[in-house]
Amino acid sequence: MTISTGANAGLTSATESGPCTRVSIDPRGPRFGGAITTVVLAIALITMGTAFGTAVIAWQTIVFALGAFIGLRAQPYGWLFRTFIQPRLPAPAELEDSAPPRFAQLVGFGFLAMALVAALLGGTLVSTIAVAFALVAAFLNAAFNFCLGCEVFILGKRLTRSN
Amino acid sequence: MTGLYLVLAILILATAFGLWYRANNGRMRTTDMHTAGADEHGGETLDAQTIGVALGTRATLVQFSSAFCQPCRATRQILGEVSGMVEGVAHVDIDAEANLELVRALDIRRTPTVLVLDSAGRIRKRASGLPRKADVIAALGDLD
Repeated sequence: MTISTGANAGLTSATESGPCTRVSIDPRGPRFGGAITTVVLAIALITMGTAFGTAVIAWQTIVFALGAFIGLRAQPYGWLFRTFIQPRLPAPAELEDSAPPRFAQLVGFGFLAMALVAALLGGTLVSTIAVAFALVAAFLNAAFNFCLGCEVFILGKRLTRSN
Repeated sequence: MTGLYLVLAILILATAFGLWYRANNGRMRTTDMHTAGADEHGGETLDAQTIGVALGTRATLVQFSSAFCQPCRATRQILGEVSGMVEGVAHVDIDAEANLELVRALDIRRTPTVLVLDSAGRIRKRASGLPRKADVIAALGDLD
């Protein structure tokens, strides 16, 4: 016997009131995107402090913004996955809700926006730290299926909201 | 060159963390909370009013979920299967965001978190992250 006490209601309100629309997606898409993001962020760190490095940060900021505010389908790495990778793979065992990966894109956008502003103002150390955090999250997501929303969402609510 | 070494260091540390994360995620632990409500089993007690459903006659699986949690759905499925399979086991899925008072009282930090209550409502086991079905069944066996 399974009873949900408002869990599903909570899900619906959280997605309908936010920028997210509820879509089911192939779970391999976000992990593929995480792998590309890992490579892009590693390049950003290696070239940090150069104009090229700042351009890479700007690119990834746009990618995260598209994923977070428009949708995973509008995200370039998601498009790559659907166009070139997915047709070559067997159908996924099951589909997943797109809200958790979109939340991760939003957190990634926060770090990269901070990194971009810092890089443009010459704050290489701040920019490096922000990109490093995003790199850790992207790598853990791609390699270990790490769920960022699971780790930070409730802690964030506990810190920012009263009962 | 500094950037390259930094990237390598980050990837090595993140891999170490990832291996630890994978080994510990969803593991059932026997609760040992030395709190005011603790008894000889060491756990706190939840009642039907707090969790919103009647306690199972044998055990109750209390799941805390959130909106941005990927493995919560799979957890719901596993716990639903176990409660359907084992007589006297109830399963309740609680939205952590909507029940912050309870979440704070039980110090729940991640979703999914699963509490295994015995017939008296004592919290005897706790797992955070997607639990394995065999571990959930084993946890029920340990209650007796």
